[in-house]
Amino acid sequence: MTSTPPTTTRTEAVLATERPTWTGRFRSRAERSFPPEKLLPDRQPAYVSSWIYVFGALTLGAFGVVLLSGAVLAVEGPAWWHVSRVGLYVNSLHLWSTELFFFFMVIHLWGKFFMAAWRGRRRATWITGVLAFLMSIATAFTGYLSQQNFSSEWISTSAKDGINATGAGAFWNVLDFGQMLLWHVLLLPLVVGAVIAFHVLLVRRRGVVPPFAAASTVVSEPYETALLPSAAPAGPAHDDFGPEVPHNEEAP
Amino acid sequence: MNHKRFKPDRDVVEWDGPTVRYDLFKEVTVCFVIVLILTAGFAAIFGSPDDPAITLKSWSNADPVDFVQTAITELDGTSGTAGYGPPYNSTSGVSQTIGPVSLESLAGVGVPINTANDFVIDPLLTLPNAPAVDAAIASFQSAAPAKQAQWEAAFEKVAATATFNGHLQLKPGPYGPVGVVMRQLLAMARSGALDGALTSGGQLYSTNSTKPLLFIADGSYLGNVATAYNLSGAPPQWGMMNETGNYPGQAWLWLYTFWYRVPPMSNSSSGDAEVWAIMMLLTLLLMLVPFIPGLRSIPRLTRVYRLIWRRHYREG
Repeated sequence: MTSTPPTTTRTEAVLATERPTWTGRFRSRAERSFPPEKLLPDRQPAYVSSWIYVFGALTLGAFGVVLLSGAVLAVEGPAWWHVSRVGLYVNSLHLWSTELFFFFMVIHLWGKFFMAAWRGRRRATWITGVLAFLMSIATAFTGYLSQQNFSSEWISTSAKDGINATGAGAFWNVLDFGQMLLWHVLLLPLVVGAVIAFHVLLVRRRGVVPPFAAASTVVSEPYETALLPSAAPAGPAHDDFGPEVPHNEEAP
Repeated sequence: MNHKRFKPDRDVVEWDGPTVRYDLFKEVTVCFVIVLILTAGFAAIFGSPDDPAITLKSWSNADPVDFVQTAITELDGTSGTAGYGPPYNSTSGVSQTIGPVSLESLAGVGVPINTANDFVIDPLLTLPNAPAVDAAIASFQSAAPAKQAQWEAAFEKVAATATFNGHLQLKPGPYGPVGVVMRQLLAMARSGALDGALTSGGQLYSTNSTKPLLFIADGSYLGNVATAYNLSGAPPQWGMMNETGNYPGQAWLWLYTFWYRVPPMSNSSSGDAEVWAIMMLLTLLLMLVPFIPGLRSIPRLTRVYRLIWRRHYREG
């Protein structure tokens, strides 16, 4: 009489012959890219000790206030804040949180520029940050166009010439209140939120960029020999955009 | 194994030194609360502007002569909108270009506007029980184009010296039915009915403000009010980043509006296209800084980073 092999062994054998699913591949990649201690760190390198680092989190905080105040305005509808004192105050919250959002974001951007924060395969982090800035400008612009007051009237009639000159005016009409309002409350916030989320994930994945090395460690030798043994990464690194590459085989 | 040279503006020696305690959730939460407090304070102290928009009704009541002088240009096709070109109409030779390329011409007429019909004739035809208006429009429409042009030119001439003292005062002239058409359009605008006709097109629901905004922007009154609000400038795009009152507005657009003041864009017929081209180029440069030798060396060469990481370098 032959004994039946254990179920787990049989399952493993079947699994080994199966092609991985899209879900499985995504999960494996996510687990590799974002181990819990990297995704939600409770320690950071000692060089991260400057007020400039706070401006990224302040930008996120301001984005939260912008979304909250905008949500209240959306719940009540576009006419509400013109006739209600509470509504006008909520609109003021939306305005000033937007001003603070851009104030913090621009300081964050220039701080990262002077840190050359794109170094060490952090180029996509930089690019998504710039993209978030640009999409935020578009979102704020549509907000100014959706106010239904003299400011939006003047801004839209002045801005139409620039938008039309790009050809975009044929389908993106800054004089159409309804179109601008929907872009402002739905489409562009979704894009900004997604880009910011992607940007933050990249920051978590690659970590905060280290300071420029002291002059003595920056040598004119092949990259692989320029790394001090103690400083060389232990395993393969991942490019910002995904594919695994050895740490010293970065594309120029 | 690739033997790429270590480039300090591209590569890093990853950190394996000491680490310190860090609380991501706490930092984001505290920042959110700080921003909330700051925002609540600014909102309570400074509020936000909400000056009412100009309507066709408010314009035609505040400056009826300017309204009539603008309306006749909508009828005879000489207004800013009538001769704008794409995306509003196909007026040739007016599209902005970058070299031989005109993006607005390539995009085509996406928002078609016929100012004579959309701003004047069609709204007047919505008036109920107005046989005099209907007859004047029928007379105008049945005339030959040359005769229409003759009436329009005659009216435009007398409109230049028109006055208003409860009624539009016009010198007599050979302007045929155009006089009735313009007087009735003014009356319709002053009653507020023209706003509704242009916005809704006869429908109950509408959210498209394109037609009234273009009509209003063709007149002088909007610009005069903007100047009084200190929003205008030469060119007006400078005011695009501002809003009424003493508020920061869209300060982040300063570089975009700045180029409108710099020759040759400041006096170019394709100034908008040129400014956008410059801004697209600068935006691309900003986005691609990490890939551009020289540009990506600025942080290392300016040494501002030593201020940011001063503790790190001090403690060596």
